[in-house]
Amino acid sequence: MRGGLAAKVAGVAAVVAVAGILIGFYISGYLVGNTTPFRPAAQTTSGKTSVNLVLQTVAAVGPTKAPHPDWVSYLVRRPNGQWERSTIYTLPAHALVHVTIYNFDGASGLRNPFLGQPQGLVGKEVVDGKPIDAFPPDQPSHTFAVPEMGILVPVAPVSEAGEDSPKACGYAPCALSMAHRTITFTFRTGKPGRYRWQCFVPCAAGFEYGFGGPMQSVGYMDGFLNVV
Amino acid sequence: MTEAAASTTPAPATDHGKRFLVAWIVASVIATPLVAIFLGDHLPPGNGSAQAHEQVFDNSWLLAIMTPPGLFVVMFLGYALWTFRNRGTVGALEDGPPIRGNARIQTLWMVITSAIVLFLAGFGSYELVQSGAGGGQGPTAAFQPAGYQKALDVQVIGQQWEFTYRYPTYGGIETPHLVLPAGTLVRLHVTSLDAIHSFWAYGLGVKADANPGVDNIVYVHTKDPMQFDIRCAELCGLWHGYMFDTGHVVASGRFTSWIKQQQSYFAPVSKYLPPYSTTYLPDPSQRAG
Repeated sequence: MRGGLAAKVAGVAAVVAVAGILIGFYISGYLVGNTTPFRPAAQTTSGKTSVNLVLQTVAAVGPTKAPHPDWVSYLVRRPNGQWERSTIYTLPAHALVHVTIYNFDGASGLRNPFLGQPQGLVGKEVVDGKPIDAFPPDQPSHTFAVPEMGILVPVAPVSEAGEDSPKACGYAPCALSMAHRTITFTFRTGKPGRYRWQCFVPCAAGFEYGFGGPMQSVGYMDGFLNVV
Repeated sequence: MTEAAASTTPAPATDHGKRFLVAWIVASVIATPLVAIFLGDHLPPGNGSAQAHEQVFDNSWLLAIMTPPGLFVVMFLGYALWTFRNRGTVGALEDGPPIRGNARIQTLWMVITSAIVLFLAGFGSYELVQSGAGGGQGPTAAFQPAGYQKALDVQVIGQQWEFTYRYPTYGGIETPHLVLPAGTLVRLHVTSLDAIHSFWAYGLGVKADANPGVDNIVYVHTKDPMQFDIRCAELCGLWHGYMFDTGHVVASGRFTSWIKQQQSYFAPVSKYLPPYSTTYLPDPSQRAG
């Protein structure tokens, strides 16, 4: 009798443990977005370290890149030129990070117009070669924002004409021959740490207030800067 | 009385009730003032504002009031465990007489607990009426501190996942930093643009829900220059845990120069800001990419 009870307890404990492990895997997979952290190569000149980070933003990540093909997303360019869906970037501490974003998405607009001004950068945000002071609130497609670092970069949209043209990119990876805007900026990393970055434009189509799904998922419109 | 009769006379029963009561009263008389005097100043949330100071005072009183009942429970448990433990020399212990139907104990129980609850209700209400005690009071604050007409208005705007702040007195400028002048009564207008957030400036003793379409007013009277933590205290989405910030109380002159600096830095975007309002309902509310 006592042996039977012990077996039952052990059985229940085993089931609970297995379920807990599976749930843990699911949650951790969700939090890291099933993506691999990307580490750009660092260059050191005159004792100053810098890295180049090349990203693209797309209206739909496409069937080959993610389990949610119609989700809006950021992608990063690997040294071999391939685009990879990753939003976790490992960067050196106290370094200059030169970022280029190729945006293939149209305008969505900000819920808070205040977030239309670039902040916390070294120099100015440059769109297609022109420096930008602030965007009208209905313009930005997305933002690249690191609140803990005080960094905010609104991403200029592809024009309506560009979105309607044959050169519009439907889903990633988008070639640079397609209609896009080029955004460049530089920021400086600080002390080592793990800093979250996000998009502030409610650009998640089909979700309440545009803030569900990809807006709350690492690997799409959220990510981390691992400053080491 | 025969020798045999004398040997069967039971020893006088120990009055456990009286013994415990005396010990408890002595312990309470000693511990209560010690707790109030020595722990009081170390209780949260500190002395960063008049409201925080009031909360420390409230917490000190509450801790002092709960000391005797707390001691009662702990001492009763200890006394029972020690006195009625099985020493292995006698048989099974029998229960004492039941207290059910004991009018004296029941009356005492009801009187004491009612007195404590009524006192706390009165004490809490009185403290709340002083100035709102650092809590959100909705759009029409019922409890206004003295001099509220001259309070500095500052708006707190919650959004997934960051707080931003507007200063209507200074042209409605918006910034991502909360800086307040020292020694000033501030009227915070807490609102949200999307989900329900909660603005929690711990060191200032301020906590107020940020609801979309609601102007939640909270008063805080700053004291000396300091730095304080700001957190969202309402689960507002996956990255709620990252919605934190550091606020500053600075000297009046430094505040003036800071606000000028912010006006200059954020001048490009200021032309795109909506006119200052107690609430905002961004259009479209059902945004899609």
